[in-house]
Amino acid sequence: MTIIDEEIGAPHSGQAHHDEEPKGVLLWLTSTDHKIIGKNYMYTSLVFFIIAGALAMLIRTQLFAPNNHFVSQQTYNELFTIHGSMMLYLFAGPFAFGGFANYILPLQIGAPDMAFPRLNALSYWLYLTGGISMLLGFLTASGAAAFGWVSYAPLSSATNSPGAGPDLWIVSIMLVGFSGIFTAVNLVTTTFYLRAPGLTMFRMPIFVWNMLVTGLLILIAFPVLTAALIMLYADRHLGTHIYSVAGGGMPVLWQNLFWFFGHPEVYILALPFFGMVSEIIPVFSKKPVFGYKGLVFATLAIAGLSTGVWAHHMFTTGTVLLPFFSALSLLIAVPTGIKIFTWIGTMWGGQVEFKSPMLFVIGFIVVFTMGGITGVLLASPPIDFATHDTYFVVAHFHQVLFGTTVFAGFGGFFYWYPKLTGRMFREGLAKLQFWLIFIGFNVTFLPQYLLGLQGMPRRIAEYLPADHFTTLNRISSVGAYITGFAFIVWMANMWISWRKPIPASANPWDGHTLEWAADSPPSHHNFEKLPPIRSQRPVWDMNHPEAADHKASHNGTRAGNIEKSEKSR
Amino acid sequence: MKSERGVYMLIGIFFFAIMVIYFLWSGEAGGSVMLFAAAGLGIMPGLYFSWWVRRMPLRPEDRPEATLAEGSGAVGAFPSNTIWPFVLGMGSALTALSLVFGAWLAVVGLSFIISTALNVTLESRRGGSI
Amino acid sequence: MELGIVQQDKLSAGTTFGRLIKQRAGFPKRNIVGLLLGALALTGCNLPAFGAFRGATTQGQNEFHLWQGFILTAIVVGAVTWGALVYAMFRFRRRGDQIPKQTHSNLKWELIYTIIPILIVIGLFAATYVSENEITAVSSHPSLRVTVVGFQWGWKFEYPGGVDIVPRGANYPTLELPEGETTTIKLVSNDVVHGFYIPEFNFSRYALPGVTNYFDFTPTRTGSYVGRCSQLCGLYHAEMLFHVRVVSSAEFNNWLTSQQQKVTA
Repeated sequence: MTIIDEEIGAPHSGQAHHDEEPKGVLLWLTSTDHKIIGKNYMYTSLVFFIIAGALAMLIRTQLFAPNNHFVSQQTYNELFTIHGSMMLYLFAGPFAFGGFANYILPLQIGAPDMAFPRLNALSYWLYLTGGISMLLGFLTASGAAAFGWVSYAPLSSATNSPGAGPDLWIVSIMLVGFSGIFTAVNLVTTTFYLRAPGLTMFRMPIFVWNMLVTGLLILIAFPVLTAALIMLYADRHLGTHIYSVAGGGMPVLWQNLFWFFGHPEVYILALPFFGMVSEIIPVFSKKPVFGYKGLVFATLAIAGLSTGVWAHHMFTTGTVLLPFFSALSLLIAVPTGIKIFTWIGTMWGGQVEFKSPMLFVIGFIVVFTMGGITGVLLASPPIDFATHDTYFVVAHFHQVLFGTTVFAGFGGFFYWYPKLTGRMFREGLAKLQFWLIFIGFNVTFLPQYLLGLQGMPRRIAEYLPADHFTTLNRISSVGAYITGFAFIVWMANMWISWRKPIPASANPWDGHTLEWAADSPPSHHNFEKLPPIRSQRPVWDMNHPEAADHKASHNGTRAGNIEKSEKSR
Repeated sequence: MKSERGVYMLIGIFFFAIMVIYFLWSGEAGGSVMLFAAAGLGIMPGLYFSWWVRRMPLRPEDRPEATLAEGSGAVGAFPSNTIWPFVLGMGSALTALSLVFGAWLAVVGLSFIISTALNVTLESRRGGSI
Repeated sequence: MELGIVQQDKLSAGTTFGRLIKQRAGFPKRNIVGLLLGALALTGCNLPAFGAFRGATTQGQNEFHLWQGFILTAIVVGAVTWGALVYAMFRFRRRGDQIPKQTHSNLKWELIYTIIPILIVIGLFAATYVSENEITAVSSHPSLRVTVVGFQWGWKFEYPGGVDIVPRGANYPTLELPEGETTTIKLVSNDVVHGFYIPEFNFSRYALPGVTNYFDFTPTRTGSYVGRCSQLCGLYHAEMLFHVRVVSSAEFNNWLTSQQQKVTA
């Protein structure tokens, strides 16, 4: 396979430019290599994650005691708005489809780069500037946006939320939204057009399938959000009345538009991490993924259903068709359940090894199962009436989103860390981090279910001693601090791995998919030589010819195949 | 290309069906329009792919028995290092921020965007290092 | 046809689709509840509340029984899933370097874990459908109509005869309701979205500008309850509280008459 660096009408010969690649800041500013951009995305989103996590610590400190005045009510509203917005728009999504997908997807399909490298670089810069714009809100005179990450009209109107902070929030989400759309175009095109020979759609790793579906969901959902934001800006500054009753508009339209984006967004955030889980469990069980086709169709079903359930966030508005949306919302539990059983089925009969990526993934299944089940409860409108906008919902979506983005996300991070950096991390510290997060997380969020059932609404800055919310809130805050401490352990781990490197081999976990055939870290255009692709697990076939997947269908031996592929070069 | 077409068509047909059910049942326009657009997003590229499926031989990546040799040759043209996506990103961000801080920022931003358009064109003709 | 809003007649208890089922198949509304929650209704009060309120209205109790049914199902499903996970973790932990059997799929098990969840979901949906229609049903002849207005940051309760209950200074307003009688609440907002939420009634509904919402309460227990704003509505969202007082019918009539006399005086 040959790759040419761009040389349309080039005066000089086809010599590759990567020999003279710039270093340091200049490399960061100018690279169009998917690996550099992917790492940029990953590191940037982790910085945003740490900032948003610090905001969460402030929130939990405010709620530690009744009638607390640790921060003012205005500041509190800004804190949870930016915490939610950063976690959802700036961390969870970009970490997965900007970071992991950018880095891993071309490697897994044997491609030299993403289909549109310049567009890829552009989307990173839009993401970075969008993120900085959101944080700039804290520096404006009127403070950052304070209307929650959902920004319900008419609370987000110019009258109710004046100032530059909300405008910065709108602009920031627009920039990040465009960045997401560009990345999605890139992911879908790359998956459809740059696969290696023999890598048919039904041989793609599940991670690639999930990223493809995520990309399609982004293309469905993000334009709706961008349009809604433009209309919100027009309402605020250009005198339109799309979301205001006074001018003949309809505030609830915002909720429809927002959640038409917002619910697929939840799966845009979750699916990439499901993909990571579907990569990690087989490798640490020494088995292929169980029920591959079932997983693929479950992913497609989740994508379809998730776009038909937007109004289950609006059950209590009294303006939506309850049976339609509760039926589809309940149904979404079926493909999600299929996934969980598929993962357990993959472990079944295997040789399960509890290295730290696997530990994180098990933690994910434990937490996500409970979050998914409480999601089924909330899909029933009567139960939603009783718990809507309470801490029950807060606990539910943290179990789902923290479960995916942090448990599965850090599982993926540690799994691919050797590939990304060419170094190993310290296994002991990673395990310590896992246990701290697992304990801290459950201590934080399990009490919040009870708080919600006892009637504590979300987004309240203060509660009264007579409400009897104090003890559970204290426990929850302590759990949050334990979780926060876990990330200090993680940073120490990264620091040690950086200062005292242990070199990683090309395939430290006995991985199955193509990225493990490349060096750690991979060279400029990824592969010197690809193994022959005769099944879903080409690297496994190469390393374990006696148990190779393709044996049943293809009678070529391992040696024969390599010989053939060498001749072909 | 058949599987690719299948993915798009599946999405398109599913949303079309959901749209019809939703519209007939609720009579609500906003959601129906969005579902219709989502159906279009699946069906349009799906039809484009079906057009090609009939006119194109199977690509090496669509054939399970394809050898790596069949994929040899130019995969595509990939740009080497270039500063212009960064400049375009800054230009777009400044233009967007002009919505908050005033139109003067848009002048700076748009000049960045225009210079990127010119320079990327020139860069492609020159051969594309910074 | 308004964007984003389903017409009220389509939302009421018998939706087009619901009516269709009822006509075609003689939809056995009570029987389904009986099937799914029958055993539960018998022992309903002996079951734990699983952290939730038992409901101080008939509507709230209806929700509570649905909640018990759902949470029991959830516990069973959760136990099976976690049990399978924990079993797989310990039974199949790594014991050596040999390569295990490379199982790709097993159609029988895949069908089992697809079909059983679908059946569970159908059951849950049937129970939900019945319960939601009962809870959202609005009586055509309520014994009392109260208009509730949510505003930044407080609540106004408008009773017949010009009686308006509003927050006074630091005192939260009180919503008085007669026990055992059906009150229809008309809920509106003129500024931003508020959430009218009474935890012990197991009920909340948005006060949406541009939309008028109606719902019924039939309190079954006298007592005082706390009401809250559940949807973020700006700076003092946390302080938008109100009281709910359920009193006997006679006591309520005395109270209303005295309030009405104050208005005319």
